Amino acid sequence: MRMQKLAAQIKDAAKKLLEEKKVDLVVGFAEGSLPLRGTPLFARTPEEADKLTWNRGCENNLANYLRKREGKVAVVAKGCDVRSIVALVKENQINRDNLYIIGVPCSGMIDRKKVNQLVGGKDVLEIEDNGDTVVIKGKDFSETARVADLLHNSCQDCRYGNPVVYDELIGELLPEKGEDDFAEIKEFEAKTAAERRAYLAEEFSKCIRCYACRNACPMCYCEECFVDCSTPQWIGKSAADIQDNILFQAVRVFHSAGRCADCGACERACPMGINLRLLTRKLVKDVKELFNAEAGVNMEDKAALATFTADDPEPFLVKE
Amino acid sequence: MIVSKKEIPSFLDKLISDYQVFAPVQKGSYTLFKQICSGTDAVLDGGITKLPVKEIFFPQSEKLFSYNVTNEGAKLEAPVDDRKKVVFGVRPCDARSLTLLDNVFNNDKYQDPYYLTRRNNTILVGIGCNSPASTCFCTSVNGGPFDTKGLDLLLVDTGDAYVVEPVSDKGKELAEKAGFAAASDADKAAAAKVKEEAVVSCRVNTDGLKAKLDVNFYDPIWDRIHEKCLGCGACTYLCPTCHCFDIVDDAVDCNGCRVRNWDSCAFPLFTLHGSGHNPRSTNKERYRNRIMHKFKYFVDNFNEIACVGCGRCIKNCPVNMDIRVVLEDIRGSEARLDS
Ligand code: SF4
Ligand code: SF4
Ligand code: SF4
Ligand code: SF4
Repeated sequence: MRMQKLAAQIKDAAKKLLEEKKVDLVVGFAEGSLPLRGTPLFARTPEEADKLTWNRGCENNLANYLRKREGKVAVVAKGCDVRSIVALVKENQINRDNLYIIGVPCSGMIDRKKVNQLVGGKDVLEIEDNGDTVVIKGKDFSETARVADLLHNSCQDCRYGNPVVYDELIGELLPEKGEDDFAEIKEFEAKTAAERRAYLAEEFSKCIRCYACRNACPMCYCEECFVDCSTPQWIGKSAADIQDNILFQAVRVFHSAGRCADCGACERACPMGINLRLLTRKLVKDVKELFNAEAGVNMEDKAALATFTADDPEPFLVKE
Repeated sequence: MIVSKKEIPSFLDKLISDYQVFAPVQKGSYTLFKQICSGTDAVLDGGITKLPVKEIFFPQSEKLFSYNVTNEGAKLEAPVDDRKKVVFGVRPCDARSLTLLDNVFNNDKYQDPYYLTRRNNTILVGIGCNSPASTCFCTSVNGGPFDTKGLDLLLVDTGDAYVVEPVSDKGKELAEKAGFAAASDADKAAAAKVKEEAVVSCRVNTDGLKAKLDVNFYDPIWDRIHEKCLGCGACTYLCPTCHCFDIVDDAVDCNGCRVRNWDSCAFPLFTLHGSGHNPRSTNKERYRNRIMHKFKYFVDNFNEIACVGCGRCIKNCPVNMDIRVVLEDIRGSEARLDS
């Protein structure tokens, strides 16, 4: 029962920090209201910290709650949360001195959409976590599945489940994974422009412009998002216009180039199930290829688009 | 009356020649109400649709009028959609949500021609819920899995067939025209049994909630309750009773149109004044408004709670902000009822 053990350790660590008044607030996860669902928790007293937990449904990127905080804050952070934190520290959104990172090595979170698909949309009442497998239970069914098959796509691709920075580590570091091959991005790149356009039009016909993707993204923190600006109105406000939906997402994605940690928070948040990581990961791949840079993987590297050297290749200026 | 499931596609095909027919259709992992061209497109056993039925009557983006200015003057066109429609496969919570929206779009101060024309020209055929989901709480907010409010016809799924129960004259007429066979006593008994066995296990206690909301506008509970909310539009857009909108002009030179778009109280722009002042300047005030509007203001204005217990917000909130938990927290809070 690895998860329960981690949960107990997280609780202890958080309580200690609050009791010793080392921090004013611990941001972590509590048991949510749906099967295998963690929900963000803000604990300010040791009693509140008693609600902290850890499970395969702690999928939100908590870095999103850490920008411009007053006082000392601790956060329960898995690999991707930490990468976003590092990126935000570099952008002066988080003061590292006021943040205490309780790092939790993460082997991936379970995607409820995949669970639903597996059981054909039936109402899931309980998900029992048995380590490498889970048992999905409903009114008159029970199905066993491999955890590896149910992980979020972002978690299957993730190479940084181990927090790259922490003040305290809960549990043990996990074995490193091989390089990300960006197979699905390469496949998309190989399509013709018309095919790519058709695919994106189909995906973004589903968009309802709820901006859950933007708001779930720790790196989307502009005080006024360009879509919200009304004077001038940069972009049409009607969700019926697929071109505008694509434009919104394209600008969002370009704006997070070199900053996106590929945590998948946007895609998880999207209620309409749009394949957003196709776009975010295209930029992750480009930044890696062009600048040999990845967002938030260490405290030293400067953010890729915040540096300039005279020998930058700038191939986009001469190609195409 | 009774109709076998096998006959439904051909029944729908016949309707399609006289009406615009809307039904849930599969879109990837969920269903959405779409106009169908063939009866076989309807997916009737998929639970509630991702987006609520409101979008048929109050579309996310609706052109109110278009204009064009020339040397001869201005020309204005305001198309009102008066095509006859049948919406097939509505769940009782969604049907009830329309009766709540009627208060907003049709009252003594204002009648909305766009919404009302569609409402008046539409027949709603509902399907009861044999196995309510664990996130459904319709029975806690004056509804039920076989509630007929807002419907013209209710279908009760008895396995291979639907027992057809007329609710309104419009519905009765439609069923009679379709020539459905009469239901036997056994069929009726089967329908009664299905209804009895459909249990909504989730209860949300709203006792005393309104009294609390009447006085707790400044309660410190609001400082905490919204904390994890991201301020997105997922819950409001997916909610069948949320109805706020924003009106914008889409114009190029002298041609343009005025469009009404869904809006959300969760957004920073929602109450932003021209002066730059925003009375709901943070997420706290915005989330408070969502709760207040549904469980206090709407009750003050129309004597009904603006929630039908469909559970969409529960299932789709990216941070598991669960309205059932929020309401319970508010009820349990120590807001003083005497202040
Ligand atoms: S992306 Fe990586 S760190 Fe983040 S939840 Fe998935 S496996 Fe864990
Ligand atoms: S979360 Fe999904 S539906 Fe909402 S704006 Fe983003 S892409 Fe569109
Ligand atoms: S409650 Fe959830 S769905 Fe609603 S605005 Fe907040 S984060 Fe978005
Ligand atoms: S508030 Fe939630 S449960 Fe109630 S009607 Fe709206 S979406 Fe459904």
